[in-house]
Amino acid sequence: MIKFDNVTKIFPDGTVALDNISFEIKKGEFICVVGKSGAGKTTLVHLILGLELATSGNVYFEDVKLNDADPLKIQEIRRKIGCIHQDYKLLPKKTVYENVAYIMQVEGKDNAEIEKEVPRVLDVIGLKDKVNNFPSELSGGEKQRLAIARALVNHPEIIIADEPTGNLDPYNSYEVISLLQKINQAGRTVILATHDREIINKLGKRVITIEKGEILRDEQAGRFII
Amino acid sequence: MYEFVNSHKTRNSLMFHMFTNFKRILGFAFNDFNRNKGISIAAVFVLTITILLVTSLFFFHGITSYLTTQIQNKIDITAYFVDDTSEADILGVKDEILKMSSSIKNIEYISKDQALAFFNEKHQDNPILAKALQEVGGNPFLPSLNITTNGDPVQYASIADVLQTSDFSKLINKVDFSQKKDTIEKIYSITKNINIFGLILGIILILIAISVVFSTIKLVIENSRDEISTMKTVGASDWFIRGPFVMQGIIYGIIAFLICIFISAVSAYLLASKIQIMLPGFNIFSYFLTNWWIFVLIQLGFGIGVGVISAMIVVKRHLEV
Repeated sequence: MIKFDNVTKIFPDGTVALDNISFEIKKGEFICVVGKSGAGKTTLVHLILGLELATSGNVYFEDVKLNDADPLKIQEIRRKIGCIHQDYKLLPKKTVYENVAYIMQVEGKDNAEIEKEVPRVLDVIGLKDKVNNFPSELSGGEKQRLAIARALVNHPEIIIADEPTGNLDPYNSYEVISLLQKINQAGRTVILATHDREIINKLGKRVITIEKGEILRDEQAGRFII
Repeated sequence: MYEFVNSHKTRNSLMFHMFTNFKRILGFAFNDFNRNKGISIAAVFVLTITILLVTSLFFFHGITSYLTTQIQNKIDITAYFVDDTSEADILGVKDEILKMSSSIKNIEYISKDQALAFFNEKHQDNPILAKALQEVGGNPFLPSLNITTNGDPVQYASIADVLQTSDFSKLINKVDFSQKKDTIEKIYSITKNINIFGLILGIILILIAISVVFSTIKLVIENSRDEISTMKTVGASDWFIRGPFVMQGIIYGIIAFLICIFISAVSAYLLASKIQIMLPGFNIFSYFLTNWWIFVLIQLGFGIGVGVISAMIVVKRHLEV
């Protein structure tokens, strides 16, 4: 489904974020990408979303070479991915309801479907009492949950979660990871980028360990070893 | 048949999708406008000032056009014919001159009798002149053609030249161009300079105004830079992102236009009598009413145009994600 083929990413200031990495993610997999802060996890996520382009090598999404894809194709791919960003990337001038509805509007869903699905997702995620609040009026945990609701609402083929538990207490972290597991059990592909040792060790899923932009290990049922 | 029905359905669904998107973009624009009242009011204010500036330039143009027309209408050259030239010959010359140049505004034939009548009417309260005329005896005036052009001294010079050198020059006693030449040149130079000065001032002011509006709208959109980047990240199309900002530009333009047209009408109405004292015969409110559609076009076009173009340019910069 996603393939990194000898991918190197060097930023204009000379920083080597990823150095000649290759791996493949199959449909329905749950894959953990681990590494210290600055190891290159977020860059990897950005390359899948087409937010960054590889300096050399190729990133493929369902056989589409992202380096050569036209903007419309990239938009289409982004709509297939539900992404929970480290910094939430919420729309600050839209309410909780509108933030989630926006994703469905982008997809061109009709109003009846939006009016049915958004309250349902917000209910599941525990934000049904905050529908008219703006992101600035939410706590860190609530923002995180809103970001998750937004990533899930369109039932995307892939969920990418970049440090989704970074601002959560252990109980909420457990809830989020359980939710991701359920999504994966429903047949969706999940990519979890984190540096939370406990979570990774409990999950027992495939782990790709990155350090200084290079893949140190790629193990099925791996553990957090850095 | 099946294919036709299918393509018809696809077209209908596409139209419905476009209409839904348009409604959503409009909704986003109104929401953003409402939720950022401070910034929205600032943008409308700046746009209003700019449109008022452009409008005042158009009023200024109206006043200077009226002034220059009035002045130019007062300058003319006169060709005096020899005493016994027949009316038919003079009218023939008139037709010939009319054919010479499209810049000739008017040629008036004044017969000997009319010239005498004008003189008597003009000097009816002056017994000395009346007595002098009696002593001369008969009608000493010559028939003439009074020619008015667009005010360009070159035009007057070329007409005077033709009158004195062409076939019909033998019919002409005198052309008074040389006496009026300096005055014509001076007036023409003044009116020409006023127009050039007005145009340069207008262009400079409009450029300044556009850059102020552009900076304000840039400020409004810069405020949403992260939001635009997030929208791109979730796969929104460029138009779905750009649309609300462009629509906000249109809303700013329409509100600014409504304010400006109201201010223009009221100011023209209130200032009409005062301006008429300085410029007799020129009613600024009538000028506004006669040209109302130009005012609407300028204000609406400028307001929406600058609003939309600024929004398009600024958003485009942030869409390169």
